[in-house]
Amino acid sequence: MTAAEGSLPTPPMIRMAGVDKYFGQLHVLRDINIEVPSGQVVVVLGPSGSGKSTLCRAINRLEPINSGTIEVDGKPLPAEGKALAGLRADVGMVFQQFNLFSHKTIVDNVTLAPVKVRKQSAAEAKKAAMALLDRVGIANQAEKYPAQLSGGQQQRAAIARALAMQPKVMLFDEPTSALDPEMVQEVLDTMAGLAKDGMTMLVVTHEMGFARRAAHRVVFMADGEIVEDSTPNEFFTAPKSDRAKDFLGKILTH
Amino acid sequence: MDVLFDNLDVFANGFYTTIQLFVVSGIGSLILGTALAMLRVSPVPVFRSAGTLYVTIVRNTPLTLVFLFFAFAYPRLDMVDLSFFMTACVALTVYTSAFICEVVRSGINTVPVGQAEAARALGLGFGQVLGTIVLPQAFRSVLPPMMSMLIALLKNTTIAAGFSVAEAGQIRSILSERGENQLLTLIFVAVGFILLVMILTSVQRTLEKRWSVAR
Repeated sequence: MTAAEGSLPTPPMIRMAGVDKYFGQLHVLRDINIEVPSGQVVVVLGPSGSGKSTLCRAINRLEPINSGTIEVDGKPLPAEGKALAGLRADVGMVFQQFNLFSHKTIVDNVTLAPVKVRKQSAAEAKKAAMALLDRVGIANQAEKYPAQLSGGQQQRAAIARALAMQPKVMLFDEPTSALDPEMVQEVLDTMAGLAKDGMTMLVVTHEMGFARRAAHRVVFMADGEIVEDSTPNEFFTAPKSDRAKDFLGKILTH
Repeated sequence: MDVLFDNLDVFANGFYTTIQLFVVSGIGSLILGTALAMLRVSPVPVFRSAGTLYVTIVRNTPLTLVFLFFAFAYPRLDMVDLSFFMTACVALTVYTSAFICEVVRSGINTVPVGQAEAARALGLGFGQVLGTIVLPQAFRSVLPPMMSMLIALLKNTTIAAGFSVAEAGQIRSILSERGENQLLTLIFVAVGFILLVMILTSVQRTLEKRWSVAR
């Protein structure tokens, strides 16, 4: 599907080959093959239940797969254990429900993993955390607890928390789906800024505007399969499959 | 009041031993109970079974029976010799930790899965996820039943009087030999326990207040 990227000299940041995943009888990922080269922003679209979140969560093994291979930066995903924790440290993840640690302040949320996993000193981690919080525009909220922040601020804090590990790639699992409409833009702007800085990103979202504006590539999924894999322009103006046309028809008429 | 002031040494020694019993077996129960809860939520089936087995066997076995076991059966096993005081601490810890385990485990179940997922996604190991993210939040949500368990433990220490430990439960029999009024003696012992419970309750209130602000 991505022959052009496959010929690059460096290994792709993410490679999934022949990936299958079942939830009991339900076949949620069907023979998934995808490569995301370094620096690319890939947006994954698709109707609910199409398997796009599962695909995202499989990449850092929050969802183990039944067969196939997944490689991150040329290395196959290890089994649960120290090696997997090491790999996850290099893969940033942002969740739909933010999942900020509710018993810790914003700045402690950001410094926790650098201190515990990367063994940075507290002072060093705090300095980096404040710079990141400033970058996502919530440095003045650093000493508050997650519940005291708006949804948009919490999600930006979650992005800062992931960035603090200096990840090679960022996964976004419907980052704006739990937000009030007026807060969606601030999170998307933060993500677009990241994309502009050259971060490798895989973004599962329903935000068509973001896909048009910031994505290099759009992957459309339905029923656990990748149905289309093209540029945003191609996908939105001339979708090839009926399922994509149907999906776009439903979304764009509203 | 004379009963109290004439025998202040007996009251002081008794309650001092009670507090020692409570502190040692309280810390022991919290550690063992939490460890058991960690076993019960572990991804390793053998660990889970071990935790479940312990709770199934020990929970609500009459405390006196547990004491009898450690006082009379355990020495026959020719393992480490325990003083009367340590025997009481072990019996209280074994008994209480089964309850603490279940309290902690229900606390773990209140922590949203996303919290642990976020921690794992950042590269924290199983122990770090549990120790820094899940357990601290679990303890916050089970503070009231946890304190009830500790108060029960405090009062359960009086069983030790029957097994040669001179704690507050033994004050009455000592003072009855001195010919003091037994009703008054018992009232003062009860007042002593009420004071200790009030201290624990205020600790609970302080922690609840602090942790509710924090969320």
